[in-house]
Amino acid sequence: MHGYELKHAYDQRLPRAKPLAFGQVYSTLGRLERDGLVTQSGQDQAGGPERTSFAITGDGRAALETWLSDVEAPAPYVTSALLSKVVVALLVADTARATAYLSAQQQAHTGRMRELTRLKSEQDLTVGDLIAVDYALTHLDADLRWLQTALHRVADLHREVHHEPTSDRP
Amino acid sequence: MSPLLTARDLTKTFGVQPALRGVDLDLHEGEIVAVRGRSGCGKSTLLHCLSGIIRPDGGQVHFHGERIDDTTEAYRSELRRTRFGVLLQHGHLISELTSAENVALPLMLGGGSRRAALAAAATWLGRLGVAEAAEQTPGQLSGGQLQRVALARAMVTQPAVLFADEPTGALDSLAGELVMKLLSRVAREHGTAVVVVTHDATIAAYAEREIVLRDGEVDPTGLGVAVGVGA
Repeated sequence: MHGYELKHAYDQRLPRAKPLAFGQVYSTLGRLERDGLVTQSGQDQAGGPERTSFAITGDGRAALETWLSDVEAPAPYVTSALLSKVVVALLVADTARATAYLSAQQQAHTGRMRELTRLKSEQDLTVGDLIAVDYALTHLDADLRWLQTALHRVADLHREVHHEPTSDRP
Repeated sequence: MSPLLTARDLTKTFGVQPALRGVDLDLHEGEIVAVRGRSGCGKSTLLHCLSGIIRPDGGQVHFHGERIDDTTEAYRSELRRTRFGVLLQHGHLISELTSAENVALPLMLGGGSRRAALAAAATWLGRLGVAEAAEQTPGQLSGGQLQRVALARAMVTQPAVLFADEPTGALDSLAGELVMKLLSRVAREHGTAVVVVTHDATIAAYAEREIVLRDGEVDPTGLGVAVGVGA
């Protein structure tokens, strides 16, 4: 398989992943060849520029197995701008300002979820597209749930500080 | 264009507990609106008032410009059989009847012949991908099949409004997604307006817009919870 085919396969199988530039494909293939993970398997010049095909080596397949076996470490720190803004809005801003920000954020999230849901309802979506859209929707939904929980906890804190009856919080 | 269904200043109290405290809603022909909020916020009570299952204590509901909240139970039942479709969380199919008979029932109650009603039922079961369940009784169906049969029953009269109360609440995510895809597709094809009550944002995302209730009132912030600020 040559670089162009690899890039095409990437775009087709991971349609909503981070875009991959051609230059990145060729530089990565160069590094993999240097490390013995792929090897040149032929030249092809079907009416265009000459293309070098690559094949995975035994070491390459072993490296792939290792990569697939490695569990991704859950993110150790929460670095989301959303988290920072919500916390700062709740702690520092006045009620009206915090509510306006949170309301706008909620609308942006639900608006995006509607767009993705419309996309998901289209007939000709590939399985790759569907999996990517599910991933995005699930994360947006998680953001919204977290936002609700955070609001509830801060509301409880507010009542506690002002010696008002608190809700039944876990 | 004037709304198909309007609610103005709806109030409802159960015992001493206010469930609705002055809710307004406009529903236009063919649109899908989600009513969202935490449990106990009044969303199911709103749906029951809109569909005539219960009468509000105060306020008015109009359908096609006609006030319906002060009509008799018999009239509101007739509306639900002919112009409204209702889809509840657990389907509420009649366990002794087959899927086809359940779907045909609203048409037969309206005076249609058994043969024509069963033919319409077969068409709807086919459209919703549960043709194979036609001769099975509800006890023999999976949760997803049950809800699709219940959706067929709600749509067989081609209602102007479909009221759906947590229609996927008892389903896993893929079965729920299929029900919502089918629901929104058939509603759009027939110009049926939909009010879908849900606590789930992924289900509300099938709607074109949503209203969020908090403590029996429409929450203009859409947050569904009071924002308390520590500073």
